[in-house]
Amino acid sequence: MARPEDRALRLPSPLLAGIVILLFLLSCAVAPGLVAPYDPLAFDYGALQQPPSGLHPFGTDQFGRDMLSRTIAAATIDLQIALFATIVPLVVGTLIGLLVGYYGGWPDIVFGRLVDLVVTFPFLVLVIAIVAVLGPGLGNMYIAISVIGWVFYARLIRGEVLVLRGHDYVSAARVLGYSDGRILLRHILPNAARPVLVYWMTDMSLAILLGSSLGYLGLGAQPPAAEWGVLIADGKNLFTQAWWISVFPGFAIVLCGVGFSLVGDGLADLLDVKR
Amino acid sequence: MSRAGTIAARVAQIVPTFLLIGVVVFVLARLLPGDPVSALLGDRATDEAVDRLRAQIGLDAPLWTQFVLFIENAVRGDFGNSIAYRVPVMRLIGERLPVTLMLTGLATLLALLMAVPLALVSATSAGRWPDYLIRAVFQVGLSSPIFYVGLIMLTVFAAELRWFPVGGYGTGILDHVYHLILPAAALALSFSAVIMRNLRAALLDVLQAEFVDFAIAKGLRRRVILLRHVLRNAGISTVALVGLHVGSLLGGAVITESVFAVPGVGRLMIDSIFARDYPVIQALTLVLAVLVSLAFLVTDLLQLWLDPRIAR
Repeated sequence: MARPEDRALRLPSPLLAGIVILLFLLSCAVAPGLVAPYDPLAFDYGALQQPPSGLHPFGTDQFGRDMLSRTIAAATIDLQIALFATIVPLVVGTLIGLLVGYYGGWPDIVFGRLVDLVVTFPFLVLVIAIVAVLGPGLGNMYIAISVIGWVFYARLIRGEVLVLRGHDYVSAARVLGYSDGRILLRHILPNAARPVLVYWMTDMSLAILLGSSLGYLGLGAQPPAAEWGVLIADGKNLFTQAWWISVFPGFAIVLCGVGFSLVGDGLADLLDVKR
Repeated sequence: MSRAGTIAARVAQIVPTFLLIGVVVFVLARLLPGDPVSALLGDRATDEAVDRLRAQIGLDAPLWTQFVLFIENAVRGDFGNSIAYRVPVMRLIGERLPVTLMLTGLATLLALLMAVPLALVSATSAGRWPDYLIRAVFQVGLSSPIFYVGLIMLTVFAAELRWFPVGGYGTGILDHVYHLILPAAALALSFSAVIMRNLRAALLDVLQAEFVDFAIAKGLRRRVILLRHVLRNAGISTVALVGLHVGSLLGGAVITESVFAVPGVGRLMIDSIFARDYPVIQALTLVLAVLVSLAFLVTDLLQLWLDPRIAR
């Protein structure tokens, strides 16, 4: 059998492709100025609503702004959404899942009821309802998603802990007199974290889908912020005359989703996570 | 436990679920900004009038009493009046809910029609090019936001080619279906990708089962084995999947209805947020959650019927 190090060195090509896609999008997000050919905000009255050409591969919008540059610039906000909408659920959900899974008792029962309750609300409807309470905007969207999202991480990790808790090496650690904190963080967490890592990839692509949808509806990122969903909404009334304004930012969303999925699936295979 | 006992226990579970949904929506409603009294009377009302109305709607009562009243009213389907439309909230929802149910039903049907045959092809050709092609196409479908797919479909098939109406709902059942086909297709795309992925994995599992080897050894025809034995076993998980996804389908309907101007509850929800029509938002959140929990119940009962092993 191949040693783990050997396996890690030979990355399967779908995983590699996913990593390349995400690294490319990440470089767009971190340094849009280096990747984009034009200033995304510069009006060019000599080139209004131009179809895609060698000069403007994604065309220009009604103000002559270069759509390729605008799409690249929007990566900053969309990748922020992927991170900020998932990081609090990831951390909080992991901690709570570890605790209720390990200690059980009444908190675990309460948690079980909470899971039953959360899954009965359509996620998008609940997020929209919370955004209605707090008001539209990216910050409030993160809060709305985080308030609910942690439950799914906690449910996942709780299930892992329940299995791992019964393993011999955990009993051994307990017999050796290790503290609960040490057992949870050093012995259970590293093993329970694998499915969470895979789920995190899926969740980040879902966050971008949700974020761009709310942006499109006017409940997420607010114009003039460049976000892929907002860009698509910008061009929707011009669609029949200038399809490129809306179509290309959508490509970016799809590319991003495919990237996260390839990495997620690749990690699942690599880490032997059954989904 | 006997089968009847299992069913009864599962049905009884719905009561605490409904109550908890009520608690969440009640708390959400208390957190909503803006006092319903000032919304009803306007900013220039006298303090005296405000106090009188507060007492009248019961807002001066203890929270617990208010909650009991809220649940009582909810059970009777009384959620007060819409601030924007000035008609009972339940009437607004009652008019629009059938549209949304038809949209989601149609979308589920389309999703299954796309996913099941392709999952069969994909699973039986696993590791060869038809499998790769189908999975790649569905991967793109899974990553495409509904509003984007909808916008493109709307422009190409309705505005340019004029095969379908640009929006609305029409009159008469056939006209409804004609109006909803395009939105349902947009809603179905990512859902079919989820079904296809799940069913493909289930089919691959079942194909390795011993009874399949036995059926082949017995000389049964490939098509018979595949449809009558393999699909039937793998399909049970698809039934569960469809039931579990009713919530995300209803969430997707909110977006679809906004893009296609379909007069369902999803569009009502978005309109109500911009109109700050809180009674409508509150009632819709409750109604949709109740619908999802009913869908879970039906799914569980259906699975029990399809696979009696679950009861034991």
